[in-house]
Amino acid sequence: MDVINIQGTDDTPNVILDKASGQFEISGRSLPEDVNMFYEPILDWIDQYSTDPNDHTEFNFKLEYFNTASSKVILDILLKFEELAEDGKEVVIKWHYHEDEEDMLEAGEEYADIVEIPFDYVLYTD
Amino acid sequence: MSREIESHRFLDFAYQLYKTMKTNEINLVYEGEVTQDITKTFTSLTERNMAKSEESNQVQRKVFNVMVECLQNISKHADTLSDDDEDERRGIVMVSRGDDSYKIITGNVIKNAKIPGLKESLEHINSLDKAGLSSLYKQQIVESKISEKGGAGLGLIDIAKKTGSKLSYQFKELNDEVSFFILTSTIKRN
Repeated sequence: MDVINIQGTDDTPNVILDKASGQFEISGRSLPEDVNMFYEPILDWIDQYSTDPNDHTEFNFKLEYFNTASSKVILDILLKFEELAEDGKEVVIKWHYHEDEEDMLEAGEEYADIVEIPFDYVLYTD
Repeated sequence: MSREIESHRFLDFAYQLYKTMKTNEINLVYEGEVTQDITKTFTSLTERNMAKSEESNQVQRKVFNVMVECLQNISKHADTLSDDDEDERRGIVMVSRGDDSYKIITGNVIKNAKIPGLKESLEHINSLDKAGLSSLYKQQIVESKISEKGGAGLGLIDIAKKTGSKLSYQFKELNDEVSFFILTSTIKRN
């Protein structure tokens, strides 16, 4: 399967999706002008991954900031992994948040309320 | 002669504006088109100013977050005075730093027909406490679809959640068709 490796910018996140090495990560800032355009290839990749997923998927979100339009797409991503979990695959979300960013922890907790996947909260400092 | 008076007036206006900005600690004033590039420029400018002023990281992050939502609201929803420039999203943006709080004030033209719906949303958001806002946010994020303009209808809820302050707003009627909508978001400094 192809590897997605997108370098982040001022308004778009770093994205690594690599089935072979088991690396799944979205990090940085997400406030693109057109969320659909930016996230479409990522959602497509996840759909393809879902047809033949690893037994264990650990997905890392290490976001510094995301706008509300991105928050909707993040939920879409999580819902796709929820389906995998329902199919008996092991899925864990590692939700990283900066020590100065309580709002980011709360955002993770809100997602955890909505989707039925285990969340691990990981605190980081600069 | 009259040209001289004109130029004097203008200089006087520039000076008055400068003084007013200094007294009120207004860091940024802008009137014009609000695009993604403008959004990026203002947020990084404000970030740099705050970093210099040694504002706490929490406050810096909140100001950044709220500015993005306010600016993207304008770039997605602002209406225009005439139908000729329908695609241009203009507005005003002001950021001020007071002793206790930062204020982000944005203003844009809105069609009168949209006011009742917007007012209802604002009032509903203002009636909720932290837990209420959180459940409204969760409900909205599940139910909403991303609009053609790329909005998820979550911006105002997000601003209220992150600031912990009521959204202060006003509508000034410009004519039968449109009004000017002013939104003030307040971020406490400690």
